[in-house]
Amino acid sequence: MAIRSRGTSNFDWVLILLYLLLVAIGWVNIYSAAFDPSTTEFASMDNLYFKQLVWIFLGFIIITFILFLDSKFFERFSSVIYIVSLLSLLLLFVFGKTISGATSWYDLGFMSLQPSEFAKAATALALAKYLSDIQTNIKTIKDQLRALAVITIPALIIIPQPDPGSALVYAAFFFPLYREGLAATYLIVVTSIATLFIFTLLYGPLFVIIGVLFSIIGFILPKLFNTYREKRNKMYIITVLIIVFIATILIIESKTLILGIFSTTLKNILLSSLMISIGYFIGLIVKGKISEKQKPKYSRFLLVLLVVAGFCYSVNYIFENVFEQRHRDRFNIVLGKQSDLSGSGYNTKQSEIAIGNGGWFGKGFLEGTQTKGKFVPEQHTDYIFSTVGEEWGFAGSILVIILFIALILRIIQLSEKQKNDFSRIYGYSIAGILFIHFAINIGMVLGLIPTVGIPLPFFSYGGSGLWGFTILLFIFIKLDGNRVNEW
Amino acid sequence: MRKLLLLFIVLTTGILFIARLFYLQIYDTSAAILSENNAVKQQFEIPQRGRIYDRNGKLLVSNQPSYDLMAIPREIKPFDTLQLCSLVNISKDELIVQLKKARKWSPRQPSPIVSKISQEEFAYLGEQMRKFEGFFIQKRSLRDYQIDFGANFLGYIQEVHQGIINDDPYYNMGDLVGRQGVEEQYESLLRGKKGIKYLQKDRFNRVIGPYKEGTLDEQPEEGKNIHLTIDAELQKYGEMLMQGKRGGIVAIEPETGEILALVAAPNYDPALMAGRDRSKNYSILDNDSIAKPLYDRALLGEYPPGSPFKALTALIALQENAIGIDDKVYCNGGMKYGSKGRNFGCHHHSSPLSLINGIAYSCNAYFGTAYLNTINKYDTPQEGITKWGEHLSSFGLGDFMGYDLPIGRPGRIPISKTYNKQYNNRYWGATATISNSIGQGEVLLTPMQMAHFTATIANRGWYYKPHIIKKIQGTDTLPKRFEEKKYTTISPEHFEPVIQGLNDVYNYGTATNLKIPDIEICGKTGTAENFIKINGKRVQLTDHSTFVAFAPKENPKIAIAVFVENGYWGFRYGGRIASVMIEKYINGEVTQKHLEDWVLTNTLDEEYAKPLSGKPFPINDGKKIVGKFLLETENKLVN
Repeated sequence: MAIRSRGTSNFDWVLILLYLLLVAIGWVNIYSAAFDPSTTEFASMDNLYFKQLVWIFLGFIIITFILFLDSKFFERFSSVIYIVSLLSLLLLFVFGKTISGATSWYDLGFMSLQPSEFAKAATALALAKYLSDIQTNIKTIKDQLRALAVITIPALIIIPQPDPGSALVYAAFFFPLYREGLAATYLIVVTSIATLFIFTLLYGPLFVIIGVLFSIIGFILPKLFNTYREKRNKMYIITVLIIVFIATILIIESKTLILGIFSTTLKNILLSSLMISIGYFIGLIVKGKISEKQKPKYSRFLLVLLVVAGFCYSVNYIFENVFEQRHRDRFNIVLGKQSDLSGSGYNTKQSEIAIGNGGWFGKGFLEGTQTKGKFVPEQHTDYIFSTVGEEWGFAGSILVIILFIALILRIIQLSEKQKNDFSRIYGYSIAGILFIHFAINIGMVLGLIPTVGIPLPFFSYGGSGLWGFTILLFIFIKLDGNRVNEW
Repeated sequence: MRKLLLLFIVLTTGILFIARLFYLQIYDTSAAILSENNAVKQQFEIPQRGRIYDRNGKLLVSNQPSYDLMAIPREIKPFDTLQLCSLVNISKDELIVQLKKARKWSPRQPSPIVSKISQEEFAYLGEQMRKFEGFFIQKRSLRDYQIDFGANFLGYIQEVHQGIINDDPYYNMGDLVGRQGVEEQYESLLRGKKGIKYLQKDRFNRVIGPYKEGTLDEQPEEGKNIHLTIDAELQKYGEMLMQGKRGGIVAIEPETGEILALVAAPNYDPALMAGRDRSKNYSILDNDSIAKPLYDRALLGEYPPGSPFKALTALIALQENAIGIDDKVYCNGGMKYGSKGRNFGCHHHSSPLSLINGIAYSCNAYFGTAYLNTINKYDTPQEGITKWGEHLSSFGLGDFMGYDLPIGRPGRIPISKTYNKQYNNRYWGATATISNSIGQGEVLLTPMQMAHFTATIANRGWYYKPHIIKKIQGTDTLPKRFEEKKYTTISPEHFEPVIQGLNDVYNYGTATNLKIPDIEICGKTGTAENFIKINGKRVQLTDHSTFVAFAPKENPKIAIAVFVENGYWGFRYGGRIASVMIEKYINGEVTQKHLEDWVLTNTLDEEYAKPLSGKPFPINDGKKIVGKFLLETENKLVN
């Protein structure tokens, strides 16, 4: 099969089609968000939508260039690309141009270039190169630390620009690491920390600690009894049913408050039983195939409880005393503990209003009142999805979400097919990066997570962003296209 | 497992997003409402309020243009406060207070800053408006009163308050709404419908064009003019006669149920309730807790009706066959009744009397007997009272009557439960309720109800519900309830003897001196005992003077009830006023000047001051001294 074909048939046309669709739909929405009825001229560089059209066409040139490069180029030059990219980030501190508070741009005269948009691709290449090296064993601490360094160095340079949003994206590299064999413990620890963090902010440390105590009690329970296999399946089902039942009651209660004055006591009892049930369920799973009684190591559980308590109280302390008010506000607004329609919450509220205004099928192209009135700040960049929501409604929004999910899943699917580790790891990296952008951006626009300024891939206005994502994706398409030539 | 983690997370995120989108876009539409609120500006065009005419087409209430300085707080840019203050003639502090209030109400919605700017102020202000961003002038129409009477039934218009806005989304801050009287009753007709223009705004609140090409805009609808049944001349005359007195006059056209005059005394000039001093004037009137000019005694005052009620007692007795027309009752300064032989007192007149003369001379004994016969016809007094009450209810008494004014009182027709309760469910006899026969005791009627039953008697047993609306612009029909003829439970033939009796009141009875030449009047005097509480003690005051009448006897044109608080004899104030009112209405002028002059020269201010003096005072022309208790309490304090 040594056909050295440069034919187009090798490129994955599903990915290319999804790319073109997203860019096209994105542009239509930028047109609407940036539309100014007083401007009659279409082809003017004063019009953001026309500029974006130019970036899109320049993007096609970049695509052609990438597809004509030798696929081995990326693997061979990954280190060089990575180092150049780090330098471009560092030089920002000297030559950078400040736009809306962040010194993340080079002024090229006719446009501004944001190197952090390209650093993602460089880091993905470098990580893929490092992990695919036969000498690298991700199971060892030493190599884990090195991989961590590859990922965090660009992130650490980006944070003080300051652009914490772009730095957050580097969390995406967790996915390739995990795929390549990073221990699951990291995942569990990270999720537990995140959960504890959020719940501490929501309900205070004491509440969380008591909750953890109850789950530990539940966790120990299955160890104290014999659990035979036939019985166990039944117990799984019963426990899940109990959890679902209690959770449903609590959710209904939180919406309607029918329990009235008894609710505090009753709710606490329900919550306690919920925690015990969840702990019991996890305990059952962890106990695995062992049927007999076990002697639980109580000291270990006590330690866990102490660590959790320490963590919760320090989170509380840091939140109250180290965080600045604007940070606290952002969290409080998303956690629903505070509503501030003029300050930090304004963007989110306006975005929610615009989306809610869409209804089933939207107000129609150029008909969104919020979009027309330019109520949503940064609507053509970070908040572009609110235009989709208002003008194309629930139907249009779902279509866009499905397109993104299809794109990411297709990348994962293709990655798994790669015969070469480098391509697979690179594929997982970009799937992770696209996912993080997608999840954080839309999560923010929908008011599900705190305001973090990162663009929606292929949608948000901006040349650097568009080109960065285009390069990211098309390097993978090129690598994938070459898969048949690997052997 | 490792291959599936990202896949799983991506799918979960997708589902979560779709759920959130469903919540925002489909389930919880409050965001959409908010959106209309901040992206679309509403511009209102407020139509002229309908004019009000009297039954003869005389203009009572019209409009004058008025201008409000409105502000949308969040659109206000720094401006020259002193200039604005001098333009609209308010103090800087007042302006600041108003702006604060507006901001508190809503930063996005317009609020009035200065209401009712005069035409002259508006002329200057209009030129300067562009200097004050965020402010604009809203044109409204204020009432322009052509008459200085009738405030009690006209009502007034005032700025809406929060409660009204919450109840009816039609209204916005600063809108005017009718309160009291016909202004409130016919608000929806009089106000018309305001026009709305929808304008698309951007986030700087600049208007960038009509919203949806103006397809949602609504044209204003002019308010409808209405004609009232009131006769302005009669009303004015009635209010003049009632000066210096408290009480009410209600005149009804029996044939139609139309209210010809609705006088409540004391009254006030309706113009006080228009213009910028409205609230100031309102509180002055509202704070007058003694004369209570805002309290419409014609509709709200529940009084013992006194002797005029005897006509009803007679009708019921005849219907129940409890007494014959020619049956005579002996009266020796009253009658003995009950097992203990208590006396039901009466004044001096010839004896014995039959029905017609009983009415003419207002004999208590006669009606006491008729009443007892009626009740005792039934096995138990409870049954008797119930039957008696049913007859009264058929006259529309004991109820709000359903006339078209927003206020009223039901009066009181006692039912058997009232007495069961009063006597703790022990036995009580018909004699315990004997005061009802002469309109004392537990019976209470409003002047409106008294005029109404008089009109029903004039009609010989049927009525239309009293109403004040005569014609609504653009329609020939009135509310259906005013076009239904209602019948009482009394057969028509029983009315003739009673009406003859009422006629003889004028011919040779208690109102002989009130005769009006050429008009056959039927009337009945009434003198009602009444009590108030002073420092927790029941004190008797001078009797109320009441009088009901209708005329002419055949084809009656007017039925009238006059009620003068503490006027003593029914003849004295009530009778005189009723007679001249009837003459005024039927002949258009008053020839009996001596009656008119007497009423105009005599006032009751002195009488009303008595219970407030803190000293013992004489009542009923000095025949009785009450108020000794006051001295006692004072002595106690001194001791």
